[in-house]
Amino acid sequence: MGRLILQRLFFALLTMVLVSIIAFVATEALPGDACTAYLGRDATEEGLAICREERQINRPIYVKYAEWVTAFVQGDFGTSMLGDRDIGEIVGLRLRNTAILTAVSSIVGIPIAIFLGVFTGLRRDKPSDVAISTTAIAAMTLPEFVTATVLIYIFSIRLDLFPAIAVMRTDAPIMDVLPNITLPVIVLVFVMTAHIMRMVRTSVINVMTSDFVQMAKLKGVPYWEIVFKHMLPNALLPSIPVIALTIAWLLGGVVIIERVFNFPGLGNEMLEAIADRDIPLVLAIAMLLAGVYVTVNLISDLLTLFLNPKLRTMRS
Amino acid sequence: MTTITTEINQEKKRSRAVELLIGVTRTASGKFGVGLLLIHFILALGAPIIAPHDPIFVPDSSEGLKFAAPSADYPLGNDNIGRDVLSRTIFGGRVSLLVTVLGTLIAIGWSSITGMFLGLVGGRTDEVVMRIVDAIQSIPMLLFLLLIISVVGTEIWILIYTLGFFFGISPLRIFRNATLDFVAKDFILAARARGESLMTILRRELLPNILDIVLVEGAMRWSWMLLAFSSLSFLGFGVAPPTPDWGLMISDSRGVMSIAPWWTFSPVVALSTLIIGINLTADALAKASGLDRSQGAPV
Repeated sequence: MGRLILQRLFFALLTMVLVSIIAFVATEALPGDACTAYLGRDATEEGLAICREERQINRPIYVKYAEWVTAFVQGDFGTSMLGDRDIGEIVGLRLRNTAILTAVSSIVGIPIAIFLGVFTGLRRDKPSDVAISTTAIAAMTLPEFVTATVLIYIFSIRLDLFPAIAVMRTDAPIMDVLPNITLPVIVLVFVMTAHIMRMVRTSVINVMTSDFVQMAKLKGVPYWEIVFKHMLPNALLPSIPVIALTIAWLLGGVVIIERVFNFPGLGNEMLEAIADRDIPLVLAIAMLLAGVYVTVNLISDLLTLFLNPKLRTMRS
Repeated sequence: MTTITTEINQEKKRSRAVELLIGVTRTASGKFGVGLLLIHFILALGAPIIAPHDPIFVPDSSEGLKFAAPSADYPLGNDNIGRDVLSRTIFGGRVSLLVTVLGTLIAIGWSSITGMFLGLVGGRTDEVVMRIVDAIQSIPMLLFLLLIISVVGTEIWILIYTLGFFFGISPLRIFRNATLDFVAKDFILAARARGESLMTILRRELLPNILDIVLVEGAMRWSWMLLAFSSLSFLGFGVAPPTPDWGLMISDSRGVMSIAPWWTFSPVVALSTLIIGINLTADALAKASGLDRSQGAPV
């Protein structure tokens, strides 16, 4: 068991190292650098040379990588190429805003998703299941910006209930953030609920048709006792990785939602950094997002391991 | 002997493809999905004949066509500079279909060959490549796509190759795992014992066995690639204006949705119907080949 946990930790760490190498090499390999972006069309050879000298761009790649990783591990994210701002400061507040958006969406969305999944699983193929499942497929397959656009049209233009864009400063206190994110949260809940719900529904159906539940039915165990005591614990276990992945996706993949609602989060910042070709900032955000993804996956792996006696004994 | 086996193989291949095609159109939702796809392909291929106006022609401002509501001459109204929304929507499908169809072919092509190869070879090579795949998968794909496209440019070939490469990463693992189910089977061992080359084993022994998975996976990736492509266009990293494109049309028109909803909703409906068509077809294909996407659950 202990060995298994260590092994998972090692792979998580290895993944992060590989991510850092891939991201670093990818950004270095691309033509153009911060100086060409910073000086734009007016760049002269001389100007570029001075700029590159100042920012020490011309050194060998492995030196730059080693330096960047050492600083990064020590919590120093470096300074942004444009405007010389401290990346830790830029990213910190944005991360907080994205985290608020994600947390609120998860708190609202996950219980709804589990409830709907169990409900539709138990009422398989009845009209209510077909209606909910079809809506879920639409929510899963349509691009988020389409869902968002349609919901903005309904809720903000036709019904005039919520603001269509977030009007807030990046460093607004949490209480000022909340009223601005009603519509983005609705969109996110809509999309994430669909993913989790489908998974829960499938596993509810699988467990309800399994031999041990059939056996319990034949034995005369009351229906709700079967549902709560025998089915739910078994059906919810496979949903943990899906929920974890959905949360990771929320943190990393809300780029488009943030852009649609002009929300000052990490995703929006990433788009700006890429447009500005601000490589240190892009790298920091990439590492942060990958770190979140790897951590969430690690937690879900370990959680599944702790909760599932079969996996625990099989591999150790 | 050789001629007989090839004949049998061809016979089998043909009947499998026909079988799947019949299977896809057997269910009502499959019929509907294939129907939607057909409509979209016909509209895209026949756009110059079908579209009533020139999609990039900007009429003189004296005609008063800016933000004009739907009329007999312009059934879906006009955009902010008076261009015909219907024609732009019809032409918009061309880019989406071209990029995502070619992109999917590239993605499935390279990932199936690499996946089968890794499954067959195994060992250290497999281990190293799969770790790299893990690492690439833990960075949001959109970040890679945006980085490459923002720097290299938004020419159509760059979009196709970039999407084709990154959308092959997840299927790679699926094809590799599917291959692992077969590498220890007798017919592969026999082929190895016969001294068949690796490529021959891939093509003749493995591919027929995982073909269903490849096809179903391809259909699914197609829908996700369309999602990614339209999202890129929406963010302004897709094809350059004035080329008509759905994502870009939605992005341009969002701000004036309250006064010109037709401008937003025409591309929304076009994009949604294409994505739903692909998904219904993919689902029907999965059911017809016995590989249900939702792991045994209906719908």
